[in-house]
Amino acid sequence: MASKPRTLPLNKRGMNFEMFMWIITRLTALAMYGLILIAIIGALIMGARNQMNIADVLRWGFMPNAGHVQSVPLENAEAWATPFWRWVGSALLLVAVGHGVHGLVVIADDYIVSERGRGVVRFISIVMMIGMSIIGLYVLWTA
Amino acid sequence: MGLKRNVSLAKGLRYKGQGPMLTFVLHRLGGLAMGIFVTTHILSSFVGGDVGKFFNDMYTNWLFQVVMFFLILFHAVNGLRITILDLWPGLLDHTREAIWIEWAVFIPVYGLALFAIVTSALGG
Repeated sequence: MASKPRTLPLNKRGMNFEMFMWIITRLTALAMYGLILIAIIGALIMGARNQMNIADVLRWGFMPNAGHVQSVPLENAEAWATPFWRWVGSALLLVAVGHGVHGLVVIADDYIVSERGRGVVRFISIVMMIGMSIIGLYVLWTA
Repeated sequence: MGLKRNVSLAKGLRYKGQGPMLTFVLHRLGGLAMGIFVTTHILSSFVGGDVGKFFNDMYTNWLFQVVMFFLILFHAVNGLRITILDLWPGLLDHTREAIWIEWAVFIPVYGLALFAIVTSALGG
Protein backbone atom coordinates (compact mmCIF):
# COMPACT_ATOMS: atom_id res chain seq x y z
CA MET A 1 0.00 0.00 0.00
CA ALA A 2 1.48 3.31 -1.05
CA SER A 3 1.92 5.71 1.84
CA LYS A 4 1.20 9.38 1.42
CA PRO A 5 4.30 11.58 1.25
CA ARG A 6 5.02 13.00 4.68
CA THR A 7 7.74 15.37 3.57
CA LEU A 8 7.28 19.12 3.71
CA PRO A 9 8.48 21.21 0.78
CA LEU A 10 11.83 22.86 1.42
CA ASN A 11 10.41 26.38 1.85
CA LYS A 12 8.09 25.23 4.67
CA ARG A 13 10.69 23.34 6.69
CA GLY A 14 12.41 26.34 8.20
CA MET A 15 16.15 26.63 8.59
CA ASN A 16 18.38 26.24 11.62
CA PHE A 17 21.98 25.10 12.07
CA GLU A 18 21.11 21.38 12.13
CA MET A 19 18.98 21.68 8.97
CA PHE A 20 21.75 23.66 7.29
CA MET A 21 24.35 21.00 8.17
CA TRP A 22 21.95 18.25 7.07
CA ILE A 23 21.94 19.79 3.58
CA ILE A 24 25.67 20.56 3.68
CA THR A 25 26.43 16.91 4.53
CA ARG A 26 24.61 15.77 1.39
CA LEU A 27 26.04 18.48 -0.86
CA THR A 28 29.60 17.84 0.37
CA ALA A 29 29.10 14.13 -0.40
CA LEU A 30 28.31 15.10 -4.00
CA ALA A 31 31.24 17.53 -4.04
CA MET A 32 33.62 14.77 -2.92
CA TYR A 33 32.34 12.52 -5.71
CA GLY A 34 33.00 15.37 -8.15
CA LEU A 35 36.50 16.12 -6.86
CA ILE A 36 37.48 12.42 -6.83
CA LEU A 37 36.18 12.13 -10.41
CA ILE A 38 38.28 15.17 -11.42
CA ALA A 39 41.36 13.57 -9.84
CA ILE A 40 40.82 10.20 -11.56
CA ILE A 41 40.10 11.79 -14.97
CA GLY A 42 43.17 14.00 -14.51
CA ALA A 43 45.29 10.96 -13.69
CA LEU A 44 44.08 9.22 -16.85
CA ILE A 45 44.88 12.33 -18.94
CA MET A 46 48.36 12.52 -17.38
CA GLY A 47 49.09 8.97 -18.49
CA ALA A 48 47.85 6.73 -15.69
CA ARG A 49 46.69 4.14 -18.21
CA ASN A 50 50.28 3.18 -19.02
CA GLN A 51 52.10 4.03 -15.82
CA MET A 52 49.84 3.03 -12.90
CA ASN A 53 47.75 0.18 -11.53
CA ILE A 54 44.25 0.57 -10.06
CA ALA A 55 45.53 0.91 -6.47
CA ASP A 56 47.76 3.85 -7.42
CA VAL A 57 44.90 5.53 -9.30
CA LEU A 58 42.52 5.11 -6.36
CA ARG A 59 45.10 6.38 -3.85
CA TRP A 60 45.52 9.45 -6.06
CA GLY A 61 41.74 9.72 -6.50
CA PHE A 62 40.99 9.80 -2.78
CA MET A 63 43.58 12.58 -2.32
CA PRO A 64 45.43 14.05 -5.33
CA ASN A 65 48.66 14.69 -3.44
CA ALA A 66 52.03 14.10 -5.12
CA GLY A 67 53.16 12.03 -2.11
CA HIS A 68 50.51 9.48 -3.03
CA VAL A 69 52.23 8.66 -6.34
CA GLN A 70 55.86 8.95 -5.25
CA SER A 71 56.24 5.15 -5.37
CA VAL A 72 55.14 5.14 -9.04
CA PRO A 73 57.79 5.57 -11.77
CA LEU A 74 56.14 8.51 -13.58
CA GLU A 75 57.38 9.99 -16.85
CA ASN A 76 56.31 13.54 -15.93
CA ALA A 77 56.38 13.69 -12.12
CA GLU A 78 56.15 17.50 -11.99
CA ALA A 79 52.73 17.46 -13.72
CA TRP A 80 51.36 15.67 -10.64
CA ALA A 81 52.54 18.36 -8.19
CA THR A 82 51.16 21.50 -9.87
CA PRO A 83 49.28 24.20 -7.91
CA PHE A 84 46.10 22.99 -9.66
CA TRP A 85 46.35 19.60 -7.94
CA ARG A 86 47.25 21.25 -4.63
CA TRP A 87 44.08 23.34 -4.90
CA VAL A 88 41.98 20.29 -5.78
CA GLY A 89 43.54 18.46 -2.82
CA SER A 90 42.91 21.44 -0.52
CA ALA A 91 39.27 21.64 -1.60
CA LEU A 92 38.85 17.91 -1.04
CA LEU A 93 40.51 18.15 2.38
CA LEU A 94 38.34 21.04 3.60
CA VAL A 95 35.12 19.55 2.26
CA ALA A 96 35.97 16.17 3.82
CA VAL A 97 36.90 17.70 7.19
CA GLY A 98 33.62 19.64 7.33
CA HIS A 99 31.60 16.57 6.34
CA GLY A 100 33.52 14.24 8.64
CA VAL A 101 33.70 16.33 11.79
CA HIS A 102 29.98 17.06 11.65
CA GLY A 103 29.37 13.35 11.11
CA LEU A 104 31.39 12.50 14.22
CA VAL A 105 29.43 15.11 16.20
CA VAL A 106 26.16 13.50 15.05
CA ILE A 107 27.42 10.07 16.16
CA ALA A 108 28.59 11.44 19.53
CA ASP A 109 25.22 13.15 20.07
CA ASP A 110 23.51 9.75 19.81
CA TYR A 111 25.45 8.46 22.81
CA ILE A 112 26.33 11.59 24.81
CA VAL A 113 23.06 13.18 25.87
CA SER A 114 23.97 15.63 28.64
CA GLU A 115 24.10 19.30 27.77
CA ARG A 116 27.59 19.57 29.26
CA GLY A 117 28.93 16.48 27.47
CA ARG A 118 27.68 17.75 24.13
CA GLY A 119 29.32 21.10 24.81
CA VAL A 120 32.64 19.37 25.46
CA VAL A 121 32.24 17.31 22.24
CA ARG A 122 31.53 20.46 20.24
CA PHE A 123 34.55 22.26 21.67
CA ILE A 124 36.88 19.32 20.93
CA SER A 125 35.37 19.02 17.43
CA ILE A 126 35.96 22.67 16.58
CA VAL A 127 39.56 22.46 17.81
CA MET A 128 40.09 19.25 15.81
CA MET A 129 38.46 20.74 12.71
CA ILE A 130 40.66 23.84 12.68
CA GLY A 131 43.79 21.93 13.73
CA MET A 132 43.44 19.13 11.18
CA SER A 133 42.61 21.59 8.38
CA ILE A 134 45.77 23.59 9.05
CA ILE A 135 48.01 20.51 9.42
CA GLY A 136 46.47 18.93 6.31
CA LEU A 137 46.97 22.07 4.23
CA TYR A 138 50.57 22.30 5.48
CA VAL A 139 51.24 18.69 4.40
CA LEU A 140 49.56 19.25 1.01
CA TRP A 141 51.47 22.43 0.14
CA THR A 142 54.91 21.37 1.43
CA ALA A 143 54.94 17.71 0.29
CA MET B 1 17.03 19.75 28.91
CA GLY B 2 18.91 16.62 28.17
CA LEU B 3 17.56 14.04 25.80
CA LYS B 4 16.55 10.77 27.54
CA ARG B 5 16.50 7.45 25.77
CA ASN B 6 15.64 4.61 28.12
CA VAL B 7 16.92 1.86 25.87
CA SER B 8 19.66 -0.45 27.12
CA LEU B 9 22.50 -1.62 24.87
CA ALA B 10 21.22 -5.22 25.01
CA LYS B 11 17.78 -4.11 23.86
CA GLY B 12 19.32 -1.98 21.12
CA LEU B 13 21.25 -4.99 19.81
CA ARG B 14 18.05 -7.08 19.67
CA TYR B 15 16.35 -4.43 17.51
CA LYS B 16 15.24 -6.02 14.24
CA GLY B 17 15.88 -3.20 11.81
CA GLN B 18 16.76 -5.49 8.87
CA GLY B 19 18.33 -4.03 5.72
CA PRO B 20 18.03 -0.32 6.52
CA MET B 21 19.41 -0.88 10.04
CA LEU B 22 22.37 -2.81 8.61
CA THR B 23 23.21 0.04 6.24
CA PHE B 24 22.87 2.51 9.14
CA VAL B 25 25.33 0.54 11.31
CA LEU B 26 27.82 0.00 8.47
CA HIS B 27 27.59 3.65 7.42
CA ARG B 28 28.33 4.74 10.97
CA LEU B 29 31.21 2.27 11.37
CA GLY B 30 32.67 3.40 8.05
CA GLY B 31 32.43 7.05 9.00
CA LEU B 32 34.13 6.44 12.33
CA ALA B 33 36.85 4.31 10.73
CA MET B 34 37.51 6.94 8.07
CA GLY B 35 37.64 9.72 10.67
CA ILE B 36 40.28 7.82 12.64
CA PHE B 37 42.17 6.72 9.52
CA VAL B 38 42.33 10.16 7.88
CA THR B 39 43.26 11.89 11.15
CA THR B 40 46.11 9.49 11.95
CA HIS B 41 47.21 9.48 8.30
CA ILE B 42 47.50 13.29 8.14
CA LEU B 43 49.23 13.41 11.52
CA SER B 44 51.68 10.62 10.65
CA SER B 45 52.66 12.25 7.36
CA PHE B 46 53.08 15.53 9.26
CA VAL B 47 55.24 13.95 11.99
CA GLY B 48 57.13 11.54 9.72
CA GLY B 49 60.06 9.52 11.07
CA ASP B 50 59.54 6.23 12.92
CA VAL B 51 55.96 7.07 13.86
CA GLY B 52 55.09 7.84 10.25
CA LYS B 53 56.75 4.62 9.10
CA PHE B 54 54.82 2.57 11.67
CA PHE B 55 51.48 3.94 10.44
CA ASN B 56 52.41 3.69 6.76
CA ASP B 57 53.38 0.04 7.24
CA MET B 58 49.97 -0.54 8.80
CA TYR B 59 48.15 1.20 5.93
CA THR B 60 49.95 -0.84 3.29
CA ASN B 61 49.14 -4.13 5.08
CA TRP B 62 46.68 -6.03 2.88
CA LEU B 63 44.46 -7.10 5.81
CA PHE B 64 44.03 -3.45 6.83
CA GLN B 65 43.12 -2.60 3.23
CA VAL B 66 40.57 -5.42 2.92
CA VAL B 67 38.69 -4.04 5.97
CA MET B 68 39.13 -0.35 5.16
CA PHE B 69 38.07 -0.71 1.51
CA PHE B 70 34.90 -2.49 2.64
CA LEU B 71 34.04 0.31 5.09
CA ILE B 72 35.05 3.22 2.83
CA LEU B 73 33.41 1.93 -0.36
CA PHE B 74 30.26 1.04 1.55
CA HIS B 75 30.18 4.51 3.10
CA ALA B 76 30.60 6.06 -0.36
CA VAL B 77 27.93 3.97 -2.09
CA ASN B 78 25.49 4.19 0.83
CA GLY B 79 26.11 7.92 1.11
CA LEU B 80 25.22 8.38 -2.55
CA ARG B 81 21.98 6.43 -1.94
CA ILE B 82 21.13 8.65 1.05
CA THR B 83 21.96 11.80 -0.90
CA ILE B 84 19.84 10.85 -3.91
CA LEU B 85 16.85 9.80 -1.79
CA ASP B 86 17.04 12.88 0.45
CA LEU B 87 17.39 15.36 -2.40
CA TRP B 88 14.43 13.74 -4.21
CA PRO B 89 12.21 12.87 -1.21
CA GLY B 90 9.57 11.29 -3.44
CA LEU B 91 11.94 8.34 -3.78
CA LEU B 92 11.99 7.70 0.00
CA ASP B 93 9.03 5.32 -0.40
CA HIS B 94 11.39 2.99 -2.27
CA THR B 95 14.16 2.89 0.36
CA ARG B 96 14.29 -0.93 0.48
CA GLU B 97 14.47 -1.25 -3.30
CA ALA B 98 17.18 1.42 -3.32
CA ILE B 99 19.14 -0.63 -0.77
CA TRP B 100 18.98 -3.69 -3.05
CA ILE B 101 20.31 -1.56 -5.93
CA GLU B 102 22.98 -0.28 -3.56
CA TRP B 103 24.21 -3.82 -2.80
CA ALA B 104 24.13 -4.59 -6.54
CA VAL B 105 26.50 -1.65 -7.05
CA PHE B 106 28.63 -2.23 -3.96
CA ILE B 107 29.35 -5.95 -4.41
CA PRO B 108 31.01 -5.65 -7.87
CA VAL B 109 32.90 -2.50 -6.85
CA TYR B 110 34.20 -4.04 -3.64
CA GLY B 111 34.81 -7.32 -5.46
CA LEU B 112 37.09 -5.50 -7.90
CA ALA B 113 38.97 -3.83 -5.03
CA LEU B 114 39.23 -7.14 -3.15
CA PHE B 115 40.54 -8.87 -6.29
CA ALA B 116 43.21 -6.18 -6.77
CA ILE B 117 44.26 -6.23 -3.09
CA VAL B 118 44.42 -10.02 -2.77
CA THR B 119 46.21 -10.67 -6.08
CA SER B 120 48.86 -8.05 -5.26
CA ALA B 121 49.20 -9.50 -1.73
CA LEU B 122 49.69 -13.02 -3.13
CA GLY B 123 51.70 -12.22 -6.25
CA GLY B 124 53.53 -9.07 -5.23
